[in-house]
Amino acid sequence: MIPDNFSYLAPASLPEVWDALHEHPDDAKILAGGQSLIPLMKFRLANPAYLIDLRHVPDMDTLAERDGALVLGAMVREAALERSPLIQQRYPGIHDASAVVADPLVRNWATVGGNLAHADPANDHPAMMLALGARVVAQSPRGRRELSIDDFLVDTMETALQPDEVLVEIHVPQPAARSGSAYLKLERKVGDYAIAAVGVQLAFDGEVISHAGIGLTNVGPKAIRAQQAEAFLVGKQPSDETVREAARLAAQAADPTADLRGPVEYKRAIVRTLTARALRLAAQRATALA
Amino acid sequence: MTQHVKMTLNGQPIEADIEPRLLLVHFIREVANLTGTHIGCDTTSCGACTVQINGVPSKSCTLFAVQMDGEEIRTVEGMEQNGALHPLQEGFYQEHGLQCGFCTPGMLMTAEAFLREHPAPTDDEIRQAIAGNLCRCTGYVNIVKAIQHAAKHIREEQAAPVATAEVTR
Repeated sequence: MIPDNFSYLAPASLPEVWDALHEHPDDAKILAGGQSLIPLMKFRLANPAYLIDLRHVPDMDTLAERDGALVLGAMVREAALERSPLIQQRYPGIHDASAVVADPLVRNWATVGGNLAHADPANDHPAMMLALGARVVAQSPRGRRELSIDDFLVDTMETALQPDEVLVEIHVPQPAARSGSAYLKLERKVGDYAIAAVGVQLAFDGEVISHAGIGLTNVGPKAIRAQQAEAFLVGKQPSDETVREAARLAAQAADPTADLRGPVEYKRAIVRTLTARALRLAAQRATALA
Repeated sequence: MTQHVKMTLNGQPIEADIEPRLLLVHFIREVANLTGTHIGCDTTSCGACTVQINGVPSKSCTLFAVQMDGEEIRTVEGMEQNGALHPLQEGFYQEHGLQCGFCTPGMLMTAEAFLREHPAPTDDEIRQAIAGNLCRCTGYVNIVKAIQHAAKHIREEQAAPVATAEVTR
């Protein structure tokens, strides 16, 4: 399949990216890893007249802890997240998520920034970032703006980014002393999108849950925060009964549609099961760290 | 409306004026005339088009050739050296790691990069590594054996560099 014609721009700095966006405000598209955008262009579902590749913009692949947060440059590849000992040890939920994005070859190009900015409800990072309470940094000639991942994700394939803004970094709060995260996904086969997936983070004060984050993938128009389930968990111990009830509340928050991956009832049931498993895994990881 | 690109393909410099929309796989097959790289699904699923870009295995149906300006591309044609098969090619031959052969170039590209990082892999690690390359013939069992065969020979080669040819044959 051959995409429509376009002009390819490979700016070497962020100001050059802004210039390009300024010159072509209506028909330019930012290219990160391209593993979602290029297929869309081949199907001619996206026909940008200008493609602005971020590949040669320096300093877009930071992967480090700084000032109480994990800082991820927008161009950090999924493969880099998957291989990073820092991510594996301190942010296991992100590690889980990056390891189930598409397949290993796609992960060599796919980026965490692209995964978020594409805002496909089937993408894996949005729900995990909801669970982790991440913040997104957008930069434009007007300055730098930080917004919560909740505010960033507006609707299906729609974010709060303004036409002159570029997503440059994602900031994930450093995990509390006793906390754990997990991301579990059910897919029909490697490379497919999730039937459903659940991202979870739990922090503990002694034996009691002090904070809970739960995000749901591909069961609504965008990644969903299971607010009631989160609130229910706080102040409780992760007993079987508590986990079951939280999972039920998370399934209630899901808003799936029937498609080739299954009917509504099935997807809700999967959310319930995956939430329970992810909560147990996150609790277990928190205990292991303590 | 074309753009000039210059890259290295299997060690040889190549340059051309191309449309930005030209996919890397079409550049390789139709501009460079190297048809070892296959087009399977054309939807980023099957991995038949896998090539290495600066050593990193990548699906060439999901990249534009213009993005590759200044980069080093390696295809299956770059594996054989001085008439001798690469240990992986030898492994696929010895272990019957293919039937129709359509997926093989992509499998080889993925496996070569994988073995560089994992010289002594488990079968499970191999299966994970080739999860982006689909084979509809073999059921993967012989592909895993072929990659283990190659891994063993590469390890032996490195231990005793002189005996290479004899050991392989």
